[in-house]
Amino acid sequence: MIEVENLTKYYGPTVGIRDLSFKVSSGEVIGFLGPNGAGKTTLMKILTCFMPPTSGTARILGFDILRDSLEVRRRIGYLPEHVPLYEEMSVGEYLEFVSRLKGIPGRSIPGSVEYAIEHCGLESVFRRTVGKLSKGFRQRVGIGQAIIGEPEILILDEPTIGLDPKQIIEIRGLIKSLGTERTVILSSHILPEVSQICNRIIIINRGELAAAGSPENLQEQLKKSSVIRIGLKEPESMERAKDVILGIEGVGSIKEQAPQGETAYLTVESTTDIDLRGDIVKRLVEAGQPIVEVHGEELSLEDIFLRLVKEEGQ
Amino acid sequence: MIQAIAIYKRELKYYFKSVTAYVTLSIFLFFSGYFFFSLLMRYSIFSYQILRSTDPAEGLNLMDSVMRPLLNNTSIVLLLVLPLVSMRLLSEEKKLGTFELLLTYPTRDAAVIFGKYAAAVTFFLAMIASTALYPILLSVFSDPEPVPILVGYLGFCLMGCTFLSIGIFFSSVTDNQLVAGISTFGASLFFLVIGWIVPFVDSTMSIVLRQFSLLMHFKSFSMGIIDTQDVTYYIFLTVFFLFLTVKSIESARWRS
Repeated sequence: MIEVENLTKYYGPTVGIRDLSFKVSSGEVIGFLGPNGAGKTTLMKILTCFMPPTSGTARILGFDILRDSLEVRRRIGYLPEHVPLYEEMSVGEYLEFVSRLKGIPGRSIPGSVEYAIEHCGLESVFRRTVGKLSKGFRQRVGIGQAIIGEPEILILDEPTIGLDPKQIIEIRGLIKSLGTERTVILSSHILPEVSQICNRIIIINRGELAAAGSPENLQEQLKKSSVIRIGLKEPESMERAKDVILGIEGVGSIKEQAPQGETAYLTVESTTDIDLRGDIVKRLVEAGQPIVEVHGEELSLEDIFLRLVKEEGQ
Repeated sequence: MIQAIAIYKRELKYYFKSVTAYVTLSIFLFFSGYFFFSLLMRYSIFSYQILRSTDPAEGLNLMDSVMRPLLNNTSIVLLLVLPLVSMRLLSEEKKLGTFELLLTYPTRDAAVIFGKYAAAVTFFLAMIASTALYPILLSVFSDPEPVPILVGYLGFCLMGCTFLSIGIFFSSVTDNQLVAGISTFGASLFFLVIGWIVPFVDSTMSIVLRQFSLLMHFKSFSMGIIDTQDVTYYIFLTVFFLFLTVKSIESARWRS
């Protein structure tokens, strides 16, 4: 449905996005995740034909974003980050105006406005002026203008930013319900949000693809390299303990942590998905190292995200 | 086309809802009324003097003594006022970010620009229409020739349309309304006064300058003559700037 190939965008010498490639199939809810300034908005602006890429291309439902821009725009609903709306219009007027701009024939306009009003819960503010709406309702109007004309693809840039917790829950619910009928792409820098709404996550960092997969998948993928924390009683025998552990098959790296009182800590990263705790304890005991504690740590999605972002940064 | 009409309607509504438009309109009407009053008073006093003297009263008619100077003077007010009308057309949307959304709708850039330009022209025509009171007053108390007045108005409208097209172009290059307004004023003034140095340059240069001057082309209209050369000039300049506007929006996409 959406094919992105080697998409690159430079702003002068600065990189917006670099060599991004991925595919989105019909009916998916995709989350672009990344720290602020990672290139999520740039990517969305390119997909919505607001600006062209420096190189590479993207096809949406088979239409090229450069050559068939109008066709692409007909099939996309877009909500920019800061929800720019015409402040002086009433909600009804605004949605009607958008319907006309999207080229909906005159007789279908009342229907299309009603569709947006109904799906976004805007009945109560239909006559209100857009400029006087609360942030939550503005966001709803923004989503409303995006779904007018029932586009197959919705692109939402940070749809829940700046909302209060209750509004966030409401908007998430709205996006979920919209996602049952069409493909939705949304961006966020909040991880729990993306893992809740989306069935696939694309992590972008510094303009590059850092990881992609379903939330469970990503967690699984990185759980392989689990971390084991070992507490040793005698800090002075640390070097010997390190040599012993490094001798075990499957150990990736060892890091020394700051000692707490009498106990010295080592973190061991394994490269296989076999649990190494048993092996490590056995070897250390054989070597005569007194162990205080052994603790296996699982990476949460949050950790994965932070680690990916950090690694890339280094 | 439907899209251009939708944009046109929104813009026009916006004009007639906004305070700026009414301030602009009031200033324009105040000055044109003031000019009309002073010119008419001078004309009537002069007429009385002529009645008492034996000199032939050549060139003393309503067209030459009232309407033509009125249109000439009012064109200077237009120069000041029209940049205020056109400056917000695209700059404001650029600043608010609504322009980004507008460009992602399946609407052609040209339709957006045409709709907005047409709205500005309509507002300007409404402004001009309200000055029709003056020739109407004249024809109640006297009988001025209608055709030269209409021709004068035609030239006036063409000149205004040109100013507005310069205005929408500058509005497309910046998101700062003030910059757009001042640049429009500068460019319009440039086209207006470019003819002043005609007597001091060599013949080829003077032909070129004369061809570019807004005032030179307005002269024949204010004398009641329709010259296709002048009509073509205004239309060409207008279309040229509208074309530049479309191109500037396109290039803004590439440069962003």
